[in-house]
Amino acid sequence: MNSTTVNINSPSQAERLMNMSKKIVSKFTDVMLLPMVGIAIFLFLWNISAKSIHTSLGEFPGPNAVIEQFYSLYDEHVTEGKKAEAFYQRQEVRNAAKLAKNPNYVAKIRTYTGKETFLDQIITSLVTVTAGFLLAAIIAIPLGIWMGLNKRLNSAFNPIVQVFKPVSPLAWLPLVTMVVSALYVSDDPMVSKSFLTSMITVSLCSLWPMLINTSIGVSSIDSDLLNVSKVLRLPTLTHIQKIVLPASVPMIFTGMRLSFGVAWMVLIAAEMLAQNPGLGKFVWDEFQNGSSNSLARIMAAVIVIGFIGFLLDRVMLQIQQKVSWDKSL
Amino acid sequence: MNSPIQASSTNYPFLNISQIDMVFPTATGDFTALKDVDLQIKKGEFISLIGHSGCGKSTVLNIVAGLYKATKGGVLLKNREVNEAGPERAVVFQNHSLLPWLTSYQNVELAVKQVFNKTMTKAEMKDWIEYNLKLVHMDHAMHKRPDEISGGMKQRVGIARALAMQPEVLLMDEPFGALDALTRAHMQDSLMEIQNELNNTVIMITHDVDEAVLLSDRIVMMTNGPEATIGEILDVNLERPRNRLALAKDIEYNRLRSEVLTFLYEKQRKVENITTKTTVSTSEEKKLVNEA
Repeated sequence: MNSTTVNINSPSQAERLMNMSKKIVSKFTDVMLLPMVGIAIFLFLWNISAKSIHTSLGEFPGPNAVIEQFYSLYDEHVTEGKKAEAFYQRQEVRNAAKLAKNPNYVAKIRTYTGKETFLDQIITSLVTVTAGFLLAAIIAIPLGIWMGLNKRLNSAFNPIVQVFKPVSPLAWLPLVTMVVSALYVSDDPMVSKSFLTSMITVSLCSLWPMLINTSIGVSSIDSDLLNVSKVLRLPTLTHIQKIVLPASVPMIFTGMRLSFGVAWMVLIAAEMLAQNPGLGKFVWDEFQNGSSNSLARIMAAVIVIGFIGFLLDRVMLQIQQKVSWDKSL
Repeated sequence: MNSPIQASSTNYPFLNISQIDMVFPTATGDFTALKDVDLQIKKGEFISLIGHSGCGKSTVLNIVAGLYKATKGGVLLKNREVNEAGPERAVVFQNHSLLPWLTSYQNVELAVKQVFNKTMTKAEMKDWIEYNLKLVHMDHAMHKRPDEISGGMKQRVGIARALAMQPEVLLMDEPFGALDALTRAHMQDSLMEIQNELNNTVIMITHDVDEAVLLSDRIVMMTNGPEATIGEILDVNLERPRNRLALAKDIEYNRLRSEVLTFLYEKQRKVENITTKTTVSTSEEKKLVNEA
């Protein structure tokens, strides 16, 4: 704030202005300046240490090399898009020509089967993680509510939950792969096996935080509210709908946020091994490829993975604040 | 008052709390909270339950509400046994227990929809909800949520919710216990005003001697637990409508007040006083030992 240009009538107003400008400055420092400083220090240290690490694929990529790869990944996406467009154009021309020769000709429409670009892979990953997370939520939330309402059921299931909760996705994956291969047999599959395997692995790992939080949320509802429900003689379904669900929404959402975080982490590992064409496969393919750019491209993927994970959490938080009555979260 | 109940079916007490025992199993053995609590209440009567904390007042209320089941004995409302909670015995809880995600209107609506869904049209329900909120002077904040209104206002909505169920008996568990003295006085006046209009049968738990005398037709004084029971019953025959200022100088009012005080602080003096004294003395002893 430039206080010399402001007309100051009284000392108190000047003071107020000073205070206000102090507040704005301190907020600016907290929100913008300090994070920038942190990032700058990180980039500096990264740059220095990268130069001193020599791998069989050359020097470890510094920030510049990674930025370069971001550009080239985007260029590849654009080029691939143009190729696809050209393909469809050629197909159209060819079909039109054939149709002109023979009016009875039934045009064959083929889809372009070019290489998937980095952006396509991001979308595949997002679709897979969302599908896996939703499957987990569909199972975990109703089961969690049931467990929260029924102490016996909770006692019965709790040991199983505690044992399966810490299992790594890498342990589940071979089992899931084999089961999917055995059971998902179809001539015209709607989705690929690799997608299904990744999705189910994500579900298996992201189920638990939601299940635990939901059941705790439900079982710890204020007993006064339960008494209100008893006095009103609410039928079970109304009781769940009007009392249990709203009361435990904050806890359910905390569980969902934890689960989404887990799901995103698990997804990358699952895609790597299941060869689902997402970010995990991208990292794995670059690693196998072993060109001089590979490490920089993997590093670019790492940053993208982190950034998307952060954004997903923000989105969940926004939804939570919209849905939940408890605005203090 | 405690005349023996006659066998004829027309001459039963409106609400009969009949020889209740309540035993809670604990890790160290059974704990008898209530022993032989027996009380008959007439329709339209306002009863206060008073006693030291921990004497089982709330337990009695919860048994009448149907939230607890008595170990021995039982509760009869219009000669029918109370087995579960229900809207004909509406409860006003101490800390309002409004659903925090619903507005005042919606909180009352939940009760009205549940109780009158077969007998009222939508428009009638709306009128009934608004009538009850008006009764407790909360029509101005109908569409505010509990976190947007004060403690006294929350308790008003809680009372409106209970009244809206049109209960046979209104049970109030220290309804004004959490409020400051001024708000409490306001609420007591409101309650008397409502009571004038509706003449409900009420059982109210309280710690407050003035509140008990001001509001009640009878004050039921409970002995200290364990094995708490009814110590004395005091009839309050002050004329209604009652005015707190006029009563402050009233001889009868002050006699009743001192009766309750005598019961609480002489006859049923809380044992805790003695235990704190003994702990002080033991700590003094320790000091002496240390000094020696």
